[in-house]
Amino acid sequence: MSKSARNIATEEPGWVRALLIAGALVVLASLLVLPLAAVFTEALRRGFATYIAALVEPDALAAIRLTLTVAVIAVPANLVFGVAAAWAIARFEFRGKSFLSTLIDLPFSVSPVISGLIYVLLFGAQGWFGPWLSEHNIKLLFAVPGLVLATVFVTFPFVARELIPLMQAQGKEEEEAAITLGASGWQTFWHVTLPNIRWGLLYGVILCNARAMGEFGAVSVVSGHIRGLTNTLPLHVEILYNEYNFVAAFATASLLALLGLITLIAKSALEWRIRNEERAAALPPEVESSNNKLSPDEKISHEPHAIALRP
Amino acid sequence: MSRFRSGTVPRKRRAASSFLAPPRGANRRFSAVSGVLNVQYSVLPGFGLTLGFSVLYLSLIVLIPLAGTFFKTATLSWDQFIAAIASERVLAAYRLSFFGSLLAATINVFAGGLVAWVLARYRFPGRRILDAIVDLPFALPTAVAGIALSTLYSTKGWIGSLLEPLGVKVAYTPLGVLVAMCFIGLPFVVRTLQPVLEDFEKEAEEAAATLGASRWQTVWRVILPHALPALLTGFALAFARAVGEYGSVIFIAGNIPLVSEIAPLIIITKLEQYDYAGATAVAVVMLVVSFVVLFAINGLQWWAARRHGATSTR
Repeated sequence: MSKSARNIATEEPGWVRALLIAGALVVLASLLVLPLAAVFTEALRRGFATYIAALVEPDALAAIRLTLTVAVIAVPANLVFGVAAAWAIARFEFRGKSFLSTLIDLPFSVSPVISGLIYVLLFGAQGWFGPWLSEHNIKLLFAVPGLVLATVFVTFPFVARELIPLMQAQGKEEEEAAITLGASGWQTFWHVTLPNIRWGLLYGVILCNARAMGEFGAVSVVSGHIRGLTNTLPLHVEILYNEYNFVAAFATASLLALLGLITLIAKSALEWRIRNEERAAALPPEVESSNNKLSPDEKISHEPHAIALRP
Repeated sequence: MSRFRSGTVPRKRRAASSFLAPPRGANRRFSAVSGVLNVQYSVLPGFGLTLGFSVLYLSLIVLIPLAGTFFKTATLSWDQFIAAIASERVLAAYRLSFFGSLLAATINVFAGGLVAWVLARYRFPGRRILDAIVDLPFALPTAVAGIALSTLYSTKGWIGSLLEPLGVKVAYTPLGVLVAMCFIGLPFVVRTLQPVLEDFEKEAEEAAATLGASRWQTVWRVILPHALPALLTGFALAFARAVGEYGSVIFIAGNIPLVSEIAPLIIITKLEQYDYAGATAVAVVMLVVSFVVLFAINGLQWWAARRHGATSTR
């Protein structure tokens, strides 16, 4: 009987619960699951052979190559920046630190289209450096460098914003011990910091990569849409779709959807791993064991702050 | 830290390598630049290198190019600026982008709130998969989401064909814009709210119930006020993302001038007509709104951190 009394106090009746779960399922299905299913259904509508044919077509292959090229440059660039920024922000106390963190997040609140526009203003024919660049026959816009720049901009915060809170939470005692014991800065970074942050780092890189390969708005502005030359995969999808070549559009899109799915799986696996490590780190062994010895009543008795928090 | 300064470091070594130990007194400034920044002494190396590189990279990639939009707008006279942003077509696009995003973020507060509640509170088969799939809008390229949503909600699509007999047309109408904005904003609300609901102490709920509150009163008067900062932060994040969103919206929008054109599309259209200044003027208004929202989000997080009695380190 005591079990059901507890349920009434802090849980909803079964039918409310079922209704809420059903509601959540409808939301997730109509906005997330069904669109994803639609991509693969549409891609395979004309059979597997047509699907493959759409992917091995030269323009599609060029788009795949270009997308990979852009990601291979943009992701490591932001990785190096993310590590450097996290080291400066999480390991030192200085004036303007939180302002710097805010500035790092800035690209997230800028529309992708504007992220492309700013480079058109700098390097376009009418831009600040446009005349100088054309004089020296350097092509940044409507070419690979422009695509890379726009991609770097939109994926700018990913690694840094993952690492900064992680490194702040871990504290700097271990690195200080290493330096004090005579390790060089690089040794400390490679043997102390990097092993501690590797999962967080990977997490940031995976998200950064997903966005870098999938970016559409910013890249669309600076690409110039030259088939086989400056079309990344998402832009290739757009062109095919606008030509009513739906099967090919969805076949190409399914590659990107697959990238998205792999990203989700890797992300969940890493989150699980990071959570476990954090839990292990947060509770020193002796605290953990002593906590386990407490009876449930005792555990509750030293947590009155939950109610005291309310004004 | 302090134990390194005094106890464990042998005195001889401290004298030999002065970098290990701070000069006498805490907070000692050790160079001109670090003086300006008021850097606290640390035995760790690399501050100048990493901060210098970060600030340089940030300036080159983000700050200088962004500042360029404001300089470009400054080349316009006030009348030209107004003319660029106050044409009927641009105003209609702003209206759709801003009000659509507000509405989408509001819908997301309810839809995302429901999803967050279910994921945080209930255990049922498939929960972990649903939990993972919430992040799909972060992982799925926006162009893919765009064509998938427009196919799904078109009159021949799985969902669109169900709605057509009811007289509801979604794809290629402002309603379609709303659907895409909800898609892109949903994870922001779920992911800010979910941890707050998960960490909420059961004891407070039990206390409320013991004191005679009904379940509904407990949710409304105890849990909701606690989750309010997270809910507002999620709302602001979802709004900010929806205002600027391009890829997932343009395919389903239909892009009919004065009806279903969004502001980012106006920027693209003006750029294609080589109206750089006009495009920039439209962009600057959006940037200012985004920055105000960003500022509000920071304020909200500061407020939330204070309310929860935790000291924010960021």
